[in-house]
Amino acid sequence: MISHNFDEPSLSASGEAAAVPGRDEDFRRDLLGLIPFLRAFSRSLCGDRELADDLAQEALAKAWQSRESFRAGSNLKAWLFTILRNQFYSDRRRAWRQAPWDESAAERVPVARGEQTWAMHLSDTARALRGLPAEQREALILVGAGGFSYEDAARISNCAVGTVKSRVARARKALSAALEGTGPLSAEPRPAGGNATNEIMAQLNRLAPQGFSEAGSGPVEGKDSA
Amino acid sequence: MKREEPDREEVIAARARQRAIGRELRRLYDEVVQEPVPDDFLDLLKKIDETKGKKDGTS
Repeated sequence: MISHNFDEPSLSASGEAAAVPGRDEDFRRDLLGLIPFLRAFSRSLCGDRELADDLAQEALAKAWQSRESFRAGSNLKAWLFTILRNQFYSDRRRAWRQAPWDESAAERVPVARGEQTWAMHLSDTARALRGLPAEQREALILVGAGGFSYEDAARISNCAVGTVKSRVARARKALSAALEGTGPLSAEPRPAGGNATNEIMAQLNRLAPQGFSEAGSGPVEGKDSA
Repeated sequence: MKREEPDREEVIAARARQRAIGRELRRLYDEVVQEPVPDDFLDLLKKIDETKGKKDGTS
C-alpha cells in the first residue's frame, strides 16, 4: 500500500552516510531550517502539540539518518513531509494515531497547554478543520497553507493528483458549509472547555432528540444522539 | 421571492468565505511556523551523531 514516491528512506544501509562533509553540513542546515514547517504540518495531522512534536522529532531523526537517500536537488521539504506522513500512518498503535480530532482526545489535552493547541483555541475554521477526515485535512493544509503544488501534495500523500484536487475541493466545501452554519461540521458540540450552553444543549438533545432537532433554523446538534 | 439560480450575492459570499478559509488556514499554520523551535529539536541531530560516534568508536 505504501509506495515510496519520494524515495522514502530505508535505514537498511545501517545509516552509513556518504562521507561528504560539506554536503552533510549543508543538509543539516537545510534540515534545521525546515523544522518550523515540519512542526506545523505535524500539528495539523496530530492536533495535539506534544504528540505532534514527538512525531516531528522522529521524522527529523529519520531524515538525518537517511540523508544519503535524499536526491540532491529535489524538494527537501516535500521529502521531509513524506517521511513524517508515512510515520504518522505507518504505525497505528502509536499515540498520535490515537489522538484524532475528536471530543475524547480534546478532553485529554491538559488545559494549561490549551492555548498552543489547535483543538482548543478554536476559531470556527479550526473547529471545522478538526472535523474533516484526516486525508482531506492533510490535502487542504498542504495546498492551502503549506504552499505545495497539487503535484507535490500528491507525492507526499502518495495518491493521484486528481485525488488531491478532489480532497481539497471536498474539504473546502465542508468548511464553507460549516462556516455558513449549514454543514454537519458546524453542528459539533464544543469539546471540554467549550461553553456551557452547548454542553447543556447536547445533554438535552440526548434526552429528547426529536424535540430539538426540528426546532430552530438548523441542526443545533445535527447528529442526533441516535 | 423565487430562488432558482444561484444568485450573484450568494456566489460572491461563497468566494468571500473561501478567501476567509484560506486566510485562516494559513494563519493556523503560520502560527506554528512562527513558534520558537524547542531546543530538543536543535539538539537532536547532534545527539544522533554522538550516539553513532560512540557506537563506531567501540566497534
